[in-house]
Amino acid sequence: MEINLLAFGQIAEITGKSTWKMTGIKDTNILIKNLEEQFPALVKTNYSIAVNKKVIQENTAITDKDTIALLPPFSGG
Amino acid sequence: MGQDKIAKAKVLIIGAGGLGSPALQYLVAAGVGTIGIVDFDIIEMSNLQRQILYTVDDIGQSKAITAAKKLEALNPEIKMESYNVQITNKNALEILENYDLIIDGSDNFATRYLINDACVLLDKPLIYGAVLRFEGQIGVFNLADETTKSKTNYRDLFQKPPDLASAISCNEVGVLGVIPGIIGTMQATEALKIITGIGKPLANKIISYNALENTFYDFEIVANANSSIDYPKNKTAFLNYDYNWFCNSNLDVATLSVDEFDSLRTKEKITIIDVREKGELPFVDEFPFTLIPLSEFENWVSTIPTENKIVVFCKSGQRSLNAIKILKEKFPDCKAYSLAGGIENWKKSR
Repeated sequence: MEINLLAFGQIAEITGKSTWKMTGIKDTNILIKNLEEQFPALVKTNYSIAVNKKVIQENTAITDKDTIALLPPFSGG
Repeated sequence: MGQDKIAKAKVLIIGAGGLGSPALQYLVAAGVGTIGIVDFDIIEMSNLQRQILYTVDDIGQSKAITAAKKLEALNPEIKMESYNVQITNKNALEILENYDLIIDGSDNFATRYLINDACVLLDKPLIYGAVLRFEGQIGVFNLADETTKSKTNYRDLFQKPPDLASAISCNEVGVLGVIPGIIGTMQATEALKIITGIGKPLANKIISYNALENTFYDFEIVANANSSIDYPKNKTAFLNYDYNWFCNSNLDVATLSVDEFDSLRTKEKITIIDVREKGELPFVDEFPFTLIPLSEFENWVSTIPTENKIVVFCKSGQRSLNAIKILKEKFPDCKAYSLAGGIENWKKSR
């Protein structure tokens, strides 16, 4: 099973890419743990997660072909 | 008729900067009857690449007052109210009450949470916009959409602010000047849609725009049961809410108030460092200091003497936190303080 990742703002800077694919991720908690292991700077970074464009607040199941977006807050105006 | 609704509308724009400049111009040109402008900042050279209401002749002048003057020339029939004050929880409800629709063009997280909470308490729609580098975000909070009938807000999207040191501003890392132009124009579009009742406003949604990739990506926001934990539930709680603390709470940096700073610098020998970029206002000649712009801070940090206490200041007290973080990494035992509210606040309290 393969999922698509999209990163915005500072998150894309930390991961070094704005789109990529991942496999073997069953839910958003596993995703967060996996991302934080790969990119330790994410531990201290604040971002929202959307599964198929819907912002989630709790652990959410991820299925094949889902698109997960990582959105940090901006403050500039 | 649409034009009639526009003429009767009252819109408040908080922040007459990169987002506020284009939003104001289009709303004034469209004939919005009453427009309020809140900004306590002064115009600086570094603002001009994106804050297109202003010219070099305006440098050093108040943004709120200058903006109102220019916009009156564009459409003298509009009732314009300028508030040359910083929006705080003490004045926010009083100011916001007079308007039907609020546009957030502010530039820091404390103000964004404050405006959000005030709009929720007063039940006013809030058009949110934010920019950084080549990206921007726009959404409409506290407005029910036709399908779900529910209302969501900034706290449903971002329950907690990032710590202040990692919260970077446009003056430090920059933003492509047209990005606030695009997002501010979209904010004006949403305002006109909501006023006239045409189309689908961006209620319960946020769009993220990336200029480099030419992409718009939308996020659907749902009410967050946890977001109510930190939220001031009534006007008294709002008046007592410390927004600076809320947006700063996960950062362990000692800060000095204006009085503490003044007493420290007169009592003992201290090292004072200005981390603003070269040429930033206001000009300081009241005490000696060393200029090390934050952009060059890492290169120069090892030259800073650490035997005395160090006080770091910037314009608003945000970048100085970042500099202290770098300083503490190099010299973990140094006694370093940030001037709370920055030099702007210090100048004001004199």
